[in-house]
Amino acid sequence: MATRRNRRRASSALASVLRFAVTVVTTIFGLLVVTFFIGRVIPIDPVLAIVGDRAPAHLVERTRIELGLNLPLYQQFVIYTKQALSGDLGTSVLTSNPVLEDIKRVFPATMELATIGTLIGSVLGIPLGVLAAVRRGSIADQVVRVIGLIGYSVPIFWLGLLSLVLFYAQLRWVAFPGRVDIVYEYSFTPQTGFYLLDAAMQGQWDVMWDLFRHIALPGALLGYFSLAYISRMTRSFMLNELSQEYVVAARAKGLSETRIIWFHALRNAGVPLVTVIALSYANLLEGSVLTETIFSWPGLGLYITNSLQNADMNAVLGGTLVIGAVFVGINIFSDLLYRTLDPRTRSR
Amino acid sequence: MINTLNKRLRVLSTSAALSLMLLAVPQAFAVTPKDTLVIGLAFDDIITLDPGQAFEFSAGEVNGNSYDRLVRLDINDTSKVTPDLAESWSVSDDGLTYTFKIKQGLKFASGNPITAEDVAYSFERSVKIDGPPAFILNQFGLKKDNVAQKAIAKDPSTFVLTVDQSYAPSFVLNCLTATVAAVVDKKVVSQHVTNDDYGNAWLKTNFAGSGPYKIREWRANEVVVLERNDNYWGEKAKLNRVVYRHMKESAAQRLALENNDIDVARNLEPNDIEAVSKKGQTITSAPKGSVFYFSMNQKNPNLKKPEVVEAMKYLVDYDAIGSTLIKGVGQVHQTFLPKGILGSIDDKPYKLDVAKAKELLAKAGLKDGFSVTMDVRNNEPTTGIAQSIQQTFAQAGIKLEIIPGDGKQTLTKYRARTHDMYIGYWGVDYWDPNSNAETFTSNPNNADDGTSKTLAWRNAWDIPELTKETKSGFLERDSAKRASIYQSLQKKLLASGPFALIFQQTEVAGVGKGVKNFKLGPTFDTNYVFSVSKD
Repeated sequence: MATRRNRRRASSALASVLRFAVTVVTTIFGLLVVTFFIGRVIPIDPVLAIVGDRAPAHLVERTRIELGLNLPLYQQFVIYTKQALSGDLGTSVLTSNPVLEDIKRVFPATMELATIGTLIGSVLGIPLGVLAAVRRGSIADQVVRVIGLIGYSVPIFWLGLLSLVLFYAQLRWVAFPGRVDIVYEYSFTPQTGFYLLDAAMQGQWDVMWDLFRHIALPGALLGYFSLAYISRMTRSFMLNELSQEYVVAARAKGLSETRIIWFHALRNAGVPLVTVIALSYANLLEGSVLTETIFSWPGLGLYITNSLQNADMNAVLGGTLVIGAVFVGINIFSDLLYRTLDPRTRSR
Repeated sequence: MINTLNKRLRVLSTSAALSLMLLAVPQAFAVTPKDTLVIGLAFDDIITLDPGQAFEFSAGEVNGNSYDRLVRLDINDTSKVTPDLAESWSVSDDGLTYTFKIKQGLKFASGNPITAEDVAYSFERSVKIDGPPAFILNQFGLKKDNVAQKAIAKDPSTFVLTVDQSYAPSFVLNCLTATVAAVVDKKVVSQHVTNDDYGNAWLKTNFAGSGPYKIREWRANEVVVLERNDNYWGEKAKLNRVVYRHMKESAAQRLALENNDIDVARNLEPNDIEAVSKKGQTITSAPKGSVFYFSMNQKNPNLKKPEVVEAMKYLVDYDAIGSTLIKGVGQVHQTFLPKGILGSIDDKPYKLDVAKAKELLAKAGLKDGFSVTMDVRNNEPTTGIAQSIQQTFAQAGIKLEIIPGDGKQTLTKYRARTHDMYIGYWGVDYWDPNSNAETFTSNPNNADDGTSKTLAWRNAWDIPELTKETKSGFLERDSAKRASIYQSLQKKLLASGPFALIFQQTEVAGVGKGVKNFKLGPTFDTNYVFSVSKD
C-alpha cells in the first residue's frame, strides 16, 4: 500500500518535472522564433547598425554578406538557432561585448529595481488588501479599489513622466534620471552589481543616499503598479478565507478579530499570495522596459530598447531570451513553492 | 467602526505628511563637480571610437578632442588649414608629393614619442581597415596594396605622402583634417592586434592618441568619459574630466540644465532654446556643414518632368519654416554647399509662389496636380517641415502622403531608390567642396547596380556632363578657379537639380552658469571642449 503510494508520488513528480521541461523548451523555442522573425520583419537594416548611416555602398554590401544576410531565410534561422542553443548569444554590435557579458552587467540593475518595486508593492499592498476585505463595502474598501484601478489602467510612461516633472523638475525631491550621480560614478566601485547592497557593504552612506534618491521614483512607480495587483488579489483571497467555516468557528471560540484576520485567514490566503507576488516580480522584471527608458535606468529593459532601436539583433535576442527564461524560472519556482506550502495541491 | 477608521486614517495621514516633510527638507543638491564638464548629448550614433573607422558625428567630436592629426581646420577661417602635429609641409612641383615635417619632442598620452613612423602606420591602418571614411584617403589613390609605399616615414620627423594625380593642394590638405587621418600610437596599437585587424577591435573602445584629452570610457548610449592628457604637447586642458551623458530628449536636457545636473545641453529644440535663454543660461551656436533638403526620385514619371521639379521648389514656405520650425537651429539656405566652405554661394531665388507653381504644373500637363509620397524620419524638425510642405503642396493640388519611419528605416528605402521623395540632412564628409559636389552633382553610372551610390544616383539623376565638371573641381590647382567651378555647379543644381535645399543647420548649445569658453566649431570634430573652464 505504502509503496504503491510512493510509486504514484514518484511518477507524478516525474510527470511534473517533464511538464516543466516541456514548458521551458517550448517557451524558449517560441521566443527564439518570434525574435528571429521580428528581427527580419522590421524594416531596419541591421547592416547599417554595424557600418553606420554614412558608409559607402560597397561596405554595406560586404557586411551584408559577412553577416550571412544574403542567405535564404530558413538557413539564417538554422544558423541563428544553432548559435543560440550552443549558449553563444553573439556579440553586441553596439557595445562590442559578448551579449552575455552585457546582460550580466545590466541585469542586476533591473533586478534591484524590480525587487524594490515588489517590496513596496507587498508591504503596502497586502495590508491594504486585508483592510479592504475586512471592511468590505466601506470607504476604505472603495479607496483601496480606486487606488488599484488607477494603478491598473494608467499607462506607466505617462505616470512616469508626470512624476518626473513634479518630483524632479518642480520639487527637486529626487535625483536626475540614472542610477547614480556622476560625482560617484568613479569613486564607487560596485562588486555585486546590486548598488544598494554594495554601498551598504562598503559603508558608503553618501553613495547610499544618492542611490536612494535615484531609485526612489522608479521604485515607487513600479511599487505602485505592483501594489495595485497585490492589493486586489489579497482582497479577493481574504474575502474567500473570511467566508470559510473555520473563521466562523474561531469567532465562536472567542478568538480576537485581529488574531483571526492576521494569523488564520491571512496565513491561508498567503499560499496563493506567494504565487501572486512571484508573478508580480516577474511582471516587473519584464515590464521594466518603459520605466527604465523614462528614468534612464541602465538595466535590461533599456538595453533591449536601445538594441532594438539600433537593430542590434544579437542583443535583442539575448535580452529577450533571458527575460523569457527568468519568467519561466519564476513560474516554476512559485509553482514549487505553492506545492510545498499547500499539501493539497501536491497530488494533482 | 467609523471611529477606528477615522483614527487609522488620521494616523495614516499624519505619517504621510511627516514623511513628505522629511523629503522636502532642502538638500544640498547635486551640482556638477568643479573639475568636470558634464554634457548632455544624444550620442546613439557612435558605433566605434577607432579614428580610422569612426564616421559618426558624435564619434567625430570625441576623437576631435582626443586625437591629433598632421593638420587641422582653422576654426577661425574654415577655408584654411593650420599645423597640428606637422610643423610645416611642402608640395612638389608636379603636385604629386606632399612632405610633412613633424614637430620635435612630442609625446603620445602613453609617453611614447610621436614620429613619422606613427603617421605612416596610421595612414596604412585607416586604408587597410577599410571602414566608412577610408574613401577619403582612397581618393588620392591610396589603396590597400600600395599604401605602405605611398605613405612613408622618410626619417623620424619626415612623413611623405604620394598621390596619384595632381590634385588641388587645398583638396588634399582639407581631407587630411578629417579624423580618418588622425595619428595613433603605433607601439600601443600594435600590442592589441588580433587577426591582423590593426588593433581595430581594441581601439573601438580604447584609446591610443595624443590629443588634449584621453578617452577613458565609452558605454554605448550611456556615457563617454574623457580625462585630461597630461602629456599633451600644447596648452593643457583646464578641466580634469569631460563627461558626455547620453540624453535623447530636448526637454530632458533642458530640465537637467536648469537643475544644474548638466553643464551643457546639446540637443535643444526651438521652444526649449527659448525657455533656456529666458532662465539666464547662455545659448551658443555655430553654422554647421549640414544642409537639409528634399529630393525627387527621377524614376517617378511625374517627378522627372523639369517643370514639376521647378514647381516644387516654389511650393516651400521658406520664410515660415525659417521663422518657426528651424528658428535657432538653422538658416534658410538653398545651395548645396554650406556657408564657410570654399566656393559656397548663398543664392536664394526661391520663395513660396503658388501661382507660379500652378503655371509650371499646367505646363507639365498636371493642371489638377498629382499624388506623391515622401519618406520622413520621425524627428524634429523633419516631421514639422514635411507637414509644412504637405500643406503648401496641397495649395497647388499636389497630394503629398507622408510616410513616417525610423531613421534607419527611411534610409534603407532611400538607399534602395524605392522612394518617391525623401527629406533629410546631408552633412559634408570632410571639409572640402568636393565632398558635397561629389554626392549631389556626380553620378558616374545610373544603373541600379552602379557602384558609386551618390545622392544623385539615389534619385536616379543621370548627369554625365555635371559628373565631368564635378571631377574637374578637385583637379584645379588654382583656388580661385576651383571656387568658380563649384559656384557653377551650385547654380546648375539650384536651377534644375531634383533637390530642393531648404536650410543649413545651426548647431546650438545651452550653457549653464559658470561654464567658460564653450564654443561650437564649424564641423562636428571641431566642437572642442579642451578650452573650457569652470568658475
